[in-house]
Amino acid sequence: MLSQLVRKVERPPRLIDEEGRRADGRKVDELRRIKIEVGVLKNADGSCYLEQGRNKIMAAVYGPRELHPRHLAMPDRAILRCRYHMVPFSVLERKSPAPTRREIELSKVIREALEPAIFLEYFPRTTIDVFIEVIQADGGTRCAGITAAAVALADAGIPMRDLVAAIAVGKVEGQLVLDPMDLEDRYGEADMPVAMMPSLGKITLLQADGLMTLEEFEKALELAMRGIKEIYNKQKEALREKYLAIKREVEVT
Amino acid sequence: MPRSEEIIPKIKRQQIMSMLAKGERLDGRRLDEYRPISIELGVVEKAEGSAMVRLGNTISIAGVKVELGKPYPDTPDEGAFIVNAEFLPLASPTFEPGPPDESAIEVARVVDRGIRSSGAIDLKKLCILPGEKVWVVYIDVYVLNHDGNMMDASGLATIAALLIAKMPKVAVKEGKVTILDEWVPLPVVNRPVPVTMAKIGEKIVVDPSLDEELVMDCRITVTIDESDRICAVQKGIGGSLTVDDVKYASKLAVEKAKEIRKALPPLPSIEDVEWIVKEGQ
Amino acid sequence: MAVYFTQREIVVPGQLLAKGPYQLGSNVYKVGNAIYSSIIGLAELKDRAIHVIPLKCCYVPKVGDIVIGKVIDVGISHWTVDIASPYSAILQVSDAFNKVIDTTREDLTKYFDVGDFLVAKIIAFDRTRDPLLSTKEPKCGKIDRGTVVEISPAKIPRLIGKKGSMINMIKKEINCQILVGQNGRIWIYAENPEDELLLVRVIKRIELEAHTSGLTDRIREMIRREKSRRGNVVSASKKGRKAS
Repeated sequence: MLSQLVRKVERPPRLIDEEGRRADGRKVDELRRIKIEVGVLKNADGSCYLEQGRNKIMAAVYGPRELHPRHLAMPDRAILRCRYHMVPFSVLERKSPAPTRREIELSKVIREALEPAIFLEYFPRTTIDVFIEVIQADGGTRCAGITAAAVALADAGIPMRDLVAAIAVGKVEGQLVLDPMDLEDRYGEADMPVAMMPSLGKITLLQADGLMTLEEFEKALELAMRGIKEIYNKQKEALREKYLAIKREVEVT
Repeated sequence: MPRSEEIIPKIKRQQIMSMLAKGERLDGRRLDEYRPISIELGVVEKAEGSAMVRLGNTISIAGVKVELGKPYPDTPDEGAFIVNAEFLPLASPTFEPGPPDESAIEVARVVDRGIRSSGAIDLKKLCILPGEKVWVVYIDVYVLNHDGNMMDASGLATIAALLIAKMPKVAVKEGKVTILDEWVPLPVVNRPVPVTMAKIGEKIVVDPSLDEELVMDCRITVTIDESDRICAVQKGIGGSLTVDDVKYASKLAVEKAKEIRKALPPLPSIEDVEWIVKEGQ
Repeated sequence: MAVYFTQREIVVPGQLLAKGPYQLGSNVYKVGNAIYSSIIGLAELKDRAIHVIPLKCCYVPKVGDIVIGKVIDVGISHWTVDIASPYSAILQVSDAFNKVIDTTREDLTKYFDVGDFLVAKIIAFDRTRDPLLSTKEPKCGKIDRGTVVEISPAKIPRLIGKKGSMINMIKKEINCQILVGQNGRIWIYAENPEDELLLVRVIKRIELEAHTSGLTDRIREMIRREKSRRGNVVSASKKGRKAS
């Protein structure tokens, strides 16, 4: 009986209606609701729980710490290791717990998105380990994972040039949309995840699939920049809030 | 500890950067110039299609095999294709035997993306019995020598092999599938070309050589289709790019893809081709 | 010349702190003439230098620091010691005692065994090798009583306080011995076990509220409230224990 469960994501008649509203009611340039909690895992040196729409991501950082086996260490800097993983029940059709080629690629590009932000040279011969677990997935998980991991790195006190904020832009029914959800990813014409160090204006992750003209691509980049600014503000707010909450509770004004 | 071959002496990086400032590269190329490309077609007769690409000294060989299989559950009326890439240990002193590492997986997935997004293979034409039987196209790419830019060498080998591949027709009669001895081209309708660029200091160069890859700060691959549309983008390795870098790189990619496409075989003529012959109706 | 923060404001990595010819203090970096924070912490301008005081950090060994380590391995002529740092430390037999030990005859576990805590001084550390320890100085050696508490090394300065204000206040209010390791480990000993438990709570609270103001007063309050709750007298059930 269970094996006959229908697990198809049905395509609605229109993904964007005449008023420019998307299937979840958002405007084309609107982000999903984001919630960021800092320091939720007590064993990790830094951690972050992030919700973006129906995405639920847990990110944890251990390090800098000793690297075993020793021969993998770099003499003049820390190495950054990153594991992006989706739990089997995070998606409609159960995903095998073993790392897939997609998870291997995403682990690589996420690591490459975070590396430029960290002052690795301050901790030679060590490793900084970043773990991203996708508990529930609804499109844009690599971006949400990067956003969460950056917060976890800052929470761990690891010196960084800047936070890294990430968002995807999709093309749906010919229109560019910000922060596409899974439905829009599946039935859209293009998907472009972007990550950036916003204060420095440096792009650290950029991928695209689907079809876009050069003009659409450039417009998509600009839309992504706007989304990234908003995400960056949410990251900063969440980090400060962890300490401001304590201040509010104990200080007598 | 990285291998000695992976450690670039500082003076080499300085040398490369000072030459770039003058618009020159170690091997005499311009910043926007590719190394000589040679494509040998049909090198493996037992494969349905094959091609060996030499991009400077980098060599990639791609083979196409076509097999009967089941369609994916969410696309019951489409054939399928799978790209696998491996960096062979004989290609470089730094490659170890074993399953594909993250870099090889990345090449496979970026090449796959270019083909998938551009719809280069018309998968609907490969459906034999919807929901039951389809053609599955396997593309395996092997790097035989690594002298930089395995991405573009592999992408070109893949598309070249697909363009000249031949597959048998099938006859379907009352649900039974018979493979015929009539050979036709694959339904290839687009020629996506990946263009990889490296950022070294402030300069962007196309088709980085191995030396340039060892000193580059960042890498970006932009895949362009026959109609000048972007069908895949992949920023690679660490480092970062400015928005202006990205805009420049994507414009340059459109230009270079057009040039490089001239080295590829043309699209097969498939207007009158019937891959599935339905009998007994 | 411009400063973009208020004193002790909580800043985050990448936050622009100032533009102009300011000195670079701790946890900041410069691009052109703009100074940015590299961590989450409290930003301060002190004597034309911009610092960010960390709220959390890992311990990077510094020569001269007193640390509390845990022995994790015993070799023929050295011990490997975990000093709550990304770098494990080595204590050579020749740096351990002021007497000569014949390693061919003696088993080093007799002196320090796996799992022992010890107080040591960092005598060498650079980028190319693990830190070296010495236990020769008077304060150093094996810890055989009391409790070791671990907090973030970033909070150690606050635990000590300006010119020792916090730590001295604690020692005045509670009869105890405290040794603060720069690596975030603190040894505490009190004759009254309840006082030891109180000290642990005090230290954990300082760790949590290190970035707030009025902390020294609140901690003093906390200690006094706890002691008055206990009655601060020998109760019938606590035979033979002296009041602090």
